[in-house]
Amino acid sequence: MSDASTTARAQILNGIRRSLRRGEISGEQRQAAEARLAQPPLGPSVARAQLAQPEKVALFCQWAETNNATVARVAAPDVAAEVVSFLARNNLPAEAAIAPSPLLAGYDWNSQKMLSLRQGRGEGSDQVSITGAFAGIAETGTLVMASGPDHPVTLNLLPDTHIVVIRESDIVGGYEDVWTRLRARYGKDRMPRTINTITGPSRTGDIEQAMELGAHGPRRMHIVVVRE
Amino acid sequence: MESTARDFNDNVDHALADPNLQDSLAKLKVGFSERRRQAAERLPEFEALRDRARDIKNHALANLDFYLEEFERKVLALGGHVHWAPTAADARRIIGELCQSMGARTVAKSKSMVAEEIALNEHLEELGIAPIETDLGEYIIQLRHEPPSHIIAPAVHLTKDQVADTFLEHHAKLGFTKRLTERNDLVAEARHVLRQKFLDADVGLTGANFLVAETGSSMLVTNEGNADLSNTLPRMHIVLASIEKVIPTLEDAAVLLRVLARSATGQESSAYTTLNTGPKRPGDLDGPEHYHVVILDNGRSAVLGTEMQEILRCIRCGACMNHCPVYGAIGGHAYGWVYPGPLGAVLTPQLIGVEEAGNLPNASTFCGRCESVCPVRIPLPKLMRHWREREFERHLTPTAVRQGLALWSFVARRPQLYRRLTGVANRVLALFGRAEGRYHALPLAGGWTRFRDLPAPQAGGTFHAQWKKRRS
Repeated sequence: MSDASTTARAQILNGIRRSLRRGEISGEQRQAAEARLAQPPLGPSVARAQLAQPEKVALFCQWAETNNATVARVAAPDVAAEVVSFLARNNLPAEAAIAPSPLLAGYDWNSQKMLSLRQGRGEGSDQVSITGAFAGIAETGTLVMASGPDHPVTLNLLPDTHIVVIRESDIVGGYEDVWTRLRARYGKDRMPRTINTITGPSRTGDIEQAMELGAHGPRRMHIVVVRE
Repeated sequence: MESTARDFNDNVDHALADPNLQDSLAKLKVGFSERRRQAAERLPEFEALRDRARDIKNHALANLDFYLEEFERKVLALGGHVHWAPTAADARRIIGELCQSMGARTVAKSKSMVAEEIALNEHLEELGIAPIETDLGEYIIQLRHEPPSHIIAPAVHLTKDQVADTFLEHHAKLGFTKRLTERNDLVAEARHVLRQKFLDADVGLTGANFLVAETGSSMLVTNEGNADLSNTLPRMHIVLASIEKVIPTLEDAAVLLRVLARSATGQESSAYTTLNTGPKRPGDLDGPEHYHVVILDNGRSAVLGTEMQEILRCIRCGACMNHCPVYGAIGGHAYGWVYPGPLGAVLTPQLIGVEEAGNLPNASTFCGRCESVCPVRIPLPKLMRHWREREFERHLTPTAVRQGLALWSFVARRPQLYRRLTGVANRVLALFGRAEGRYHALPLAGGWTRFRDLPAPQAGGTFHAQWKKRRS
């Protein structure tokens, strides 16, 4: 750090301490703040995030549809056929950019001879993307995407149509359950670069407060929930 | 941006006489406010969550230095950089230098009120760098060279027809020569025009709704996806956030997210909530190579420990302005600076001085709706009253108002005289007719009644007289 930035940093932090009429926090106050970071206390529990698994899945689907996504619930062997059928139903080409994820690779894409898939990141010219999801949140019908070599962020954003394949067992109640899973997978202090939580297609209320779909991200979102 | 808060009274006159603005403002009552009410009703735990949200922000403010340092430590550990900016000028310089280090010609900007506060666009333009606003509302007002009139819906003062005219004027040279009449067509055209700009931008600049100390993540809440494209496509991502945005943990973020979207637009959840932590990782196929967070103070640390501290809890949802009868009558531009509505009436005098913005805290009926809907329970009327007191103490109040208040306090402290005078006033007002229960015009008060009615005194005399009658 340069001298100027060290001074600026001290200026702000000391300004805060002066206003709060104390020095650097110490003793019990410091222990309390450190404990809060080490073991984050939960907020008020939200009843609709605390359901049994089948109800969680049902609530997830209901909220996703309320937020303008479409949902199909199929068995694992039928995932590829559902994707092709969705594209045909919506007059979309049978071409998609697909996330290079081992989980997605496990579905039987070869059964669909018409479907052309390209593994990799999203490009401005892509019409359709297919990705998995780290989790789904029942409380609001929200999908959680964790970036990494197996899930480029551009696939969530650039194509007009985003198809997401998620297993029933990856649907959880609320945000707090997602944080628990993230810490278990990546370590407490190591978040993936980007977590996108996405609820339905992109939208804007910027013209006369009326919601219009397809602002900058996908105009259409189709969620394939895999029955287990 | 340049403040016109000093000209508040003139601004108000213009606003009240602007038919397009009045059409747009009429939609606030049935738009955001009604949707917020429904969303709050759908979640039984909403009030308990508001209490918790208030407590989280209070805790964060009481330990602000600690959580900022923790946040910084985590960002550095994952390969990001943190810059500290005591003033707006510091933040402008830091961001300008970062953009120049990339040889940037364009910057894709996602809506940031802090960027408005530090007048970043003007600075970048001076450096020969083009800032491109990518939030639809911000894009519209950037084309029109207007400041935002609302903190979450910057173009809320415009009608669809005005947007159509603006697009025709600016997009014709790009081949869009048809004047559009449907909202979805306008959205589609802006999407098309802005897509290429995203792909070409050298730097992406976003604000942050929250900075999470536990993980070193910046959190962004949007509907359009423009912030996400801004922080994914360019080679450098700069986050500009003020000091009070830091919160302790992800669990705290969950509480705040539950009240934020519902309070703002009445949505259960916004379309995109994104956590960014550091630059692109090894093996990633996309994402920025450089990640910088600029932490701005700009007068906020001096608010801590004062009677105004509670304003620092604000999470910028906009509910206070959506529900404010004054904002609903005059819109955001009249407030003359970046933050309008009750939030602005409290924050603006703090940030640019009560001498400049002393009129704003007076622009309130003290009806209390702002406080009743604030997700973090900021007592906005109380804070506005503090400013009025300070303004009075510093003799900034206009002479006529001071004399009026002195006269009122003289009379109010003499009950006999007060009763006699109000009795006379009651009878005089009755002479002007009280059939409708209100006066549309009164002699000597034409300026006041031009835009509002004065309620007529009820039959049966003054409050004191009626009270006496009822007791006997």
